[in-house]
Amino acid sequence: MAEVLVYVDHVDGAVRKPTLELLTLARRIGEPVAVALGSGAENTAATLAEHGAVKVLTHDASEYAEYLVVPKVDALQAAYEQVSPAAVLVPSSAEGKEIAARLALRIGSGIITDAVDLEAGDEGPVATQSVFAASFTTKSRVSKGTPVITVKPNSAAVEAAPAAGTVEALSVTFSEKATGTKVTGRTPRESTGRPELTEAAIVVSGGRGVGGAENFALIETLADSLGAAVGASRAAVDAGWYPHTNQVGQTGKSVSPQLYIATGISGAIQHRAGMQTSKTIVAINKDAEAPIFDLVDYGIVGDLFEVVPQLTEQIRARKG
Amino acid sequence: MSLRIVVTVKYVPDATGDRHFADDLTVDRDDVDGLLSELDEYAVEQALQIAEDADDAEVTVLTVGPEDAKDALRKALSMGADKAIHVEDDDLHGTDAIGTSLVLAKAIEKAGYDLVISGMASTDGTMGVVPALLAERLGVPQVTLLSEVSVEDGTVKGRRDGDAASEQLEASLPAVVSVTDQSGEARYPSFKGIMAAKKKPVESWDLSDLEIEAEEVGLEGAYTTVEAAAERPARTAGTIVKDEGEGGKQLAEFLASQKFI
Ligand SMILES: Cc1cc2nc3c(=O)[nH]c(=O)nc-3n(C[C@H](O)[C@H](O)[C@H](O)COP(=O)(O)OP(=O)(O)OC[C@H]3O[C@@H](n4cnc5c(N)ncnc54)[C@H](O)[C@@H]3O)c2cc1C
Ligand SMILES: Cc1cc2nc3c(=O)[nH]c(=O)nc-3n(C[C@H](O)[C@H](O)[C@H](O)COP(=O)(O)OP(=O)(O)OC[C@H]3O[C@@H](n4cnc5c(N)ncnc54)[C@H](O)[C@@H]3O)c2cc1C
Repeated sequence: MAEVLVYVDHVDGAVRKPTLELLTLARRIGEPVAVALGSGAENTAATLAEHGAVKVLTHDASEYAEYLVVPKVDALQAAYEQVSPAAVLVPSSAEGKEIAARLALRIGSGIITDAVDLEAGDEGPVATQSVFAASFTTKSRVSKGTPVITVKPNSAAVEAAPAAGTVEALSVTFSEKATGTKVTGRTPRESTGRPELTEAAIVVSGGRGVGGAENFALIETLADSLGAAVGASRAAVDAGWYPHTNQVGQTGKSVSPQLYIATGISGAIQHRAGMQTSKTIVAINKDAEAPIFDLVDYGIVGDLFEVVPQLTEQIRARKG
Repeated sequence: MSLRIVVTVKYVPDATGDRHFADDLTVDRDDVDGLLSELDEYAVEQALQIAEDADDAEVTVLTVGPEDAKDALRKALSMGADKAIHVEDDDLHGTDAIGTSLVLAKAIEKAGYDLVISGMASTDGTMGVVPALLAERLGVPQVTLLSEVSVEDGTVKGRRDGDAASEQLEASLPAVVSVTDQSGEARYPSFKGIMAAKKKPVESWDLSDLEIEAEEVGLEGAYTTVEAAAERPARTAGTIVKDEGEGGKQLAEFLASQKFI
């Protein structure tokens, strides 16, 4: 069976959920061979094997942390040359897309980004994309070279499928370009203890209607009652009420949770671009004419300062 | 020493219009107004600021697109860019990301550059890969997705806010930079700027000027094929309830009925 390279997104050996989803998708088109780079790469093997990786290629070097993107491209290219895969799958993070694009160019292939589904086709894997702020769905494929495809989080259910997961050291020679962009400093993001925004099953977002940074506590309390991640509209972020890393939308994160709750958000096209593929959408907004109501499964026309505390209280009561 | 900055700007269909696909599954540009991709305004802004801080600098804006794409160049010129290059050729219709990066890279080389500045993504394709592809093709450092950027003594520095960490980056020129919408509000063209833009030079190049064969670009040269495009079915109208004091309770019931609680 054809092998499919899967680029592993991990933090010190802890594999992030989108990679496990990729392994599920990879199994539809072949046998997953995972590539894990950097510190803790070897510690990813057990999890990857449990989810279907027949082989795990690992490599660690200080270059991955000290320089931007290119060392990872060099390594993925080395893995590509070793395996000659039928396709290369990479998680659709900002960095993942850059790595994938440079690899595609080097190996003479096309690239498809932000796939939301993937299936085997007669002429290679067919990717589904959700485009124009999720108002259209397209089916595309790479028609020249080995398909390089990046896949958005929440595009497939994670399935356990134990496989050998044999660990092999990858041999990598860094190119001259690898050391072009130095990382001279790094400030890790502080953990909030809440789920990762793009991976969360439930997201509760606040917008301009929340009215101030201090009021975001209300949104956080609701989120915590549901075990949800907190998102924000750009208006709330630009006002300095919530960090940019939590922005949902075209220039923020694109989320696709089971449940999205928008509070005090009008539903501008750029916001919709980041949340319209959510399975169930709920909005709380005092303006009955707000465009967000065109999207909802359930909407409350009302003041969020009345509705949100009552909702939180009800959820807590029901959960006991 | 003069600093030559090339800003890549894309002409895109207005996101607030009714965007859709033509019969050949390329973007239908006839029915929707086009404009300078808003995210490229941030790139123009940073280019102008870097140029203002340099002793001697020149900002050239570059677009690859149909006739109307001149509008995007005009907007950038009226913000303050010095000159513009328009790559236009019928054979470009349907070019994908790999092809676009080829045309842009050849044009950038022909124009001459020390620094290329792009937006973080276009507002239509939204791939966010062209800057990385340009760095790969040009063989220069990529310093991308910057929320903060500065250039001094032949070195570009910036801050990249990623998922796991915020990173400080540094590279020597020549380099390719892309900036996010956190990099600083873009200026509005002044009346003076709009008038001055009319007199600024706009060069037009076609594929032969760049020594690119027609088969390398367009639908024919594309490395990707769109097989189908369908409008997402309208969502079935949801339940909308006016809060009369029980809104939170009603919503909790809905969430419970959907097994979220
Ligand atoms: C290039 C570009 C990229 C962009 N990217 C993004 C992006 O990634 N994400 C994003 O979100 N936006 C983005 N935007 C901005 C977008 O166009 C909107 O300006 C933004 O989404 C508006 O945020 P909002 O809905 O919070 O604010 P508003 O549009 O001001 O809406 C606030 C809403 O709150 C309601 N409200 C007020 N008080 C209450 C109350 N007490 N109770 C209940 N409801 C109340 C109001 O009725 C209103 O509907 C982008 C714009 C551009 C041009
Ligand atoms: C809905 C949709 C989906 C698409 N999906 C794919 C796909 O999966 N694979 C694929 O290969 N192609 C795809 N394309 C085609 C692709 O968008 C274009 O080839 C394109 O110009 C490059 O990608 P981008 O616009 O997404 O650029 P991005 O990488 O998002 O753009 C980043 C920056 O590059 C610069 N730039 C990009 N294009 C130009 C230009 N023409 N002129 C000047 N500067 C430019 C701008 O500064 C821009 O801000 C898609 C197009 C659409 C409309």
